[in-house]
Amino acid sequence: MQAFDTAQLPRDPSSVRFEPGPTEDKLILSMGPQHPSTHGVLRILLELDGEYIVRAEPVLGYIHRMHEWMAEQKTYFQFMPNMGRVDYLHAMAWNWAYAGAVERLAGIEVPERGEHIRVAVTELNRISSHLLWWGAYLLDLGAFTPIMYAFDDREILLDILQAVTGSRLTYSYFTFGGVYNDVPEDFAPRCLAFTKHLRSRLPMYRDLVTDNVILRGRCEGIGEMDVDLARRYGATGPVIRGSGAPVDTRRAEPYSVYGKFDFRIPAYSQGDAMARYMVRMDELETSCDIIDQAVSNLPDGPCSAKAPKTLKPPKGEACYAVEGARGKILVHVRSDGGPKPYRVKLRAPGFSNLSVFCELARGTLLADAVSILGSLDLVIPEIDR
Amino acid sequence: MSVSELFEEAYTGLKSLFVGLGITGKAFCQPQVTVIYPKQEVDNLSTFRGHVELVGKEDDPSVPRCVACGACVKACPSDCLSILCPVPVKEGQEDAPVAMGPAPQKGSKTPGAVFVDFALCSLCGQCAKTCPVDSLRFSDNPYMVALDRKEFRIDLMARLKRQAEEA
Ligand code: SF4
Ligand code: SF4
Repeated sequence: MQAFDTAQLPRDPSSVRFEPGPTEDKLILSMGPQHPSTHGVLRILLELDGEYIVRAEPVLGYIHRMHEWMAEQKTYFQFMPNMGRVDYLHAMAWNWAYAGAVERLAGIEVPERGEHIRVAVTELNRISSHLLWWGAYLLDLGAFTPIMYAFDDREILLDILQAVTGSRLTYSYFTFGGVYNDVPEDFAPRCLAFTKHLRSRLPMYRDLVTDNVILRGRCEGIGEMDVDLARRYGATGPVIRGSGAPVDTRRAEPYSVYGKFDFRIPAYSQGDAMARYMVRMDELETSCDIIDQAVSNLPDGPCSAKAPKTLKPPKGEACYAVEGARGKILVHVRSDGGPKPYRVKLRAPGFSNLSVFCELARGTLLADAVSILGSLDLVIPEIDR
Repeated sequence: MSVSELFEEAYTGLKSLFVGLGITGKAFCQPQVTVIYPKQEVDNLSTFRGHVELVGKEDDPSVPRCVACGACVKACPSDCLSILCPVPVKEGQEDAPVAMGPAPQKGSKTPGAVFVDFALCSLCGQCAKTCPVDSLRFSDNPYMVALDRKEFRIDLMARLKRQAEEA
């Protein structure tokens, strides 16, 4: 076996910027879940001076699954199930972005009932994503109990979605022109009962966690980001709304029937981890409001338009952007007139949000970096695609 | 830090402690929401998709509606379905053993064998949606355990016959 040659080290592209420096205490640390069996594999190279972070650099690509390449190998319909697996926490939004792009390309109209169902299930899914983030973030910060409460509520929600879609996590529910199947009879009452239940639970969440001094100590003033920085990195979703810019695709470029609904876009101007936390907690209520409006006057009619069984959109390209739980999701589809897409580009909001981390973590304590990373709400499979 | 600030901090800290203890204490007294699997099972899985299965004809539930058109095989993104039909016999080879080939085959309006490889299936439903005669649907069998992945290649014709006998 060859002896380990330190001279080779700088050639490693991921460590080239981490050469021994003048400080004696300098330490290189790989942070993040890196075992192949973990669901989100992220490696962050940290250069530490004592407990302080001098430099942080995310290393990506550990769970790259070639989704964009797969799109070119499959027909338009066959790529649909992939969308549930790009971001497994907000699968509906990805479903929607892809279905929307192809519908725009092929000129398929979605019936009113289909749009309302789409809105309802996407918002339900957003709540489930935020609840899971809430539990997991607090787990990162060392609080074990909240995730149990979050999952308790999330189970009710997953039961509703399971009755509609047949799955609990990786939904493949949208089709071109509407949704896969109509919702069951009791869908609207169950949704209304759930939003009522969640609203009654939110004060408990606030008392247990949001007002807790330990959480405030771990979040307030940590990872402050001004809106310029967020814009420069292309951060979207709760991350930029936590920096004071109320940017939301649902309001900025109202797609589907969002223009009909009345809802508030929460934004906080502090820009720290606490602000991002508060935005997400408020979004739970926003989503409840939207669900109430979407299901309480669910129009009659078909839930899906007739789409041809083999789809061959005309030559051209189309983009469709939706607001996911983590920010702006955009799918760009280009067709060459054949049965398979010529190219599909997926814009994942997590990628931009993760990039900000390098700036935010510089100069902070190692323990605070965990808090910052959690407050960005990253789903690594989405970033790696 | 002045003394009053110190007291204030101690007060808010203690207050959050007791509020938190109150909430967890209340939850502790509530009935349990989890079940102890496998001794107990949850009852909300009836709508959860199991592997696909064939739908029988109305007048004869042991014969599938399937017309062996092969559309579902083509629609499946993961190639999990195989529908086999007898290959038409060539002239002059009438006594050769009947070979099975993928559907569609000339002259076959019913499938000879239908298999689904559940190990590959992503439960997307494209097959069921494509089928012109609605011959595929999802079963409600979420508990599947096997030691060998070959056991996930499920013979759907045999399953349909079994179901028809049981009914
Ligand atoms: S559900 Fe999807 S993956 Fe499974 S057999 Fe049908 S088409 Fe194939
Ligand atoms: S699409 Fe339906 S009819 Fe055609 S082979 Fe498949 S199951 Fe049979």
